[in-house]
Amino acid sequence: MRATQTQYQAGSVRQASTLPRMLPAGFAAGPTSLADHVARYGPVAFPGPDHGRCEALIEEVERSGLTGRGGAAFPTARKLAATAAGQHPVVVANGTEAEPASAKDKVLLARSPHLVLDGAVLAAEIVGAQEAVIVAHHAVRDITDQAVSERIRAGVDRIRIRVVTAADRFVGGEASAVVHWVGAGIATPTATPPRLSERGLGGAPTLVQNVETLAHVALIARYGASWFRSAGTPQEPGSMLVTILGAVREPCVHEIALGTPTGEVLGLAGGPSAPLQALLIGGYSGTWVDAAEATGRPFSSAGLADLGAGVGAGLIAALPENACGLRETAKVVRYLADESAGQCGPCLFGLDAVAGEVERLADGRTSDLRLLRRWLGQVEGRGACRHPDGAARLVRSALEVFAAELRQHAEGWCAGTASVLPLPPRRQR
Amino acid sequence: MTIRTGRGPGMVLRVDAIACDGRGLCADMVPELITLDDWGFPIISREVVPARLLGDARIAVGACPKLALRLERQRD
Amino acid sequence: MSAAAAVAGSQGLWLVSRGSGLALLVAFSAVVVAGVAARLGSETGRWRRLAVAELHRTLALFCVAFLGLHVVTAILDPFVTIGWAATVLPFASGYRALAIGLGTLAVDLGGAVLLTSLLRRRLGYRAWRAVHWLAYLAWPAAFAHSLTAGNDLRIWWVALIEWGCAAAVATAVVARLLHVIRGTTPASQLADTPARTSPRERTST
Repeated sequence: MRATQTQYQAGSVRQASTLPRMLPAGFAAGPTSLADHVARYGPVAFPGPDHGRCEALIEEVERSGLTGRGGAAFPTARKLAATAAGQHPVVVANGTEAEPASAKDKVLLARSPHLVLDGAVLAAEIVGAQEAVIVAHHAVRDITDQAVSERIRAGVDRIRIRVVTAADRFVGGEASAVVHWVGAGIATPTATPPRLSERGLGGAPTLVQNVETLAHVALIARYGASWFRSAGTPQEPGSMLVTILGAVREPCVHEIALGTPTGEVLGLAGGPSAPLQALLIGGYSGTWVDAAEATGRPFSSAGLADLGAGVGAGLIAALPENACGLRETAKVVRYLADESAGQCGPCLFGLDAVAGEVERLADGRTSDLRLLRRWLGQVEGRGACRHPDGAARLVRSALEVFAAELRQHAEGWCAGTASVLPLPPRRQR
Repeated sequence: MTIRTGRGPGMVLRVDAIACDGRGLCADMVPELITLDDWGFPIISREVVPARLLGDARIAVGACPKLALRLERQRD
Repeated sequence: MSAAAAVAGSQGLWLVSRGSGLALLVAFSAVVVAGVAARLGSETGRWRRLAVAELHRTLALFCVAFLGLHVVTAILDPFVTIGWAATVLPFASGYRALAIGLGTLAVDLGGAVLLTSLLRRRLGYRAWRAVHWLAYLAWPAAFAHSLTAGNDLRIWWVALIEWGCAAAVATAVVARLLHVIRGTTPASQLADTPARTSPRERTST
């Protein structure tokens, strides 16, 4: 039902289209308090149970072109509308950030928890939910709890907020796995159909949104779609948080406008600390790209498309010349194989086989590239979630970007010694 | 959604990857549409099931010990 | 009907009852063995799993046929009073309540397994699986019934068949138990992974 009389009112723009929008501008010792949060951003006009205002807010989010910041980049307004169509929905804010190298969601919750909570409450009111569940990484669980307590004391929210510590496994960050974790304490993906927007937590229509996406919603509700679009590109508007690590001088989390040249993004982290050969973009399930080619491109999915990459969850890992790309890839793929939920045969067996073959390539032992490619084709699209697809994408890009290394390893030598990609210790299955 | 008596055009086979245990009965029944990967798990053709194979496809669905195979109307 | 013919008729019924009972035990034992074989299967697939699964189901139908013959002839036999109630109510027989009751128990349990299997799609996998385990109670009940209700073990080839069935089922059960104990965790599954299937070559570019 359209309420044409209800026009969306944008609040006064307290910040111009300068960055950062989501993170504190300068050094911050701790999380932004509720008072400081309101002082900086102004109050947000929660729509409450007013159906017309909820619809107007969905339209504003749609006009903004906001897409999910968890990696999948699904149009947020469409998800909101789909969930709002259901009865007694629930909202889940996904701050699991299971990628070992990614830190943006933790930093966002650690510095600007109220922006995330604003967004979660807004999303809940928009879809008609009575409760929002914040799934927070254990490192920021306490900060999130304190922020929620602040809000309860101030009586800010009309709906209930519950905080749950995220599961500590890679597949636990997947949307259906988060719902499974919150509902049943098991952090494994579930079969879809039915989709989460139809049946999710406790059988109710469930909106699962990355915490950064919700922070953007909180800003759009204040400043409007045009303001949001004043940064970024026409096809990929807005800003995003990126985690920059590896061979850079100052590894960090930074907020950038989409479309910023990739070289400039690396500059925000102090620039390369050594000559670079490649970048791993998106996440550990992302894509390797040649460093020289990538630094000239805009950091956006459109800008990186011809290199086979997308922005993903905003990770940029810089690989120096003196590291071995194949060895790094082998370690990551073995990690991804170990982290399989073990529910689907092609993933459980396939990734193990792929990891074994990549390890052989990395070690310079006899290996079979045809067999490897055959297996890559057999794991893609064959699981209940996209975990095997991500691993396959990583390996395919490695075979392309590190083709020269493949030749060297075949001849029995390797130039690389350094290792830059962090991985947790191998867990017992 | 499983169509029990559906005889219309546009039926496809789909497998629940989590329920599937790689027992392989489906590939025995409809080798034209289902082959097994290197680990014994079914690779299901995304094509519409031809009319002459619909009967075999239904038998395969009933034969699956884990009830993982389904015959559904094709969704674009 | 003359008294002699009546006695001959009764003898006939009793004979068919005993014969169909033995055939039923053999068929039921074959069902259990085929069921375990279907579940454990063969990795390299020389013999098709579908064929074994279908064999398991077909043999179960044979069981139903033999069971019908066995039960009807036993109850119709005027020499012993078992009563129709005893077909489904255990230990309701007038004649040798315990021995017959064990058979009734086997029918009840086996019937539950059969019924849930026919309605498997409707019930869903988990409910069907839970009831199916009752088969491992149904067979011992049937075997105990054959030992206590039948008088034919003194015949050497009947004893051979009976103990042969017991040996076959025992083997199947042990195999099934070992499969369960070895586990279905990812680690144990990975340990059983079939070897890489293609010949290895040196890396080529």
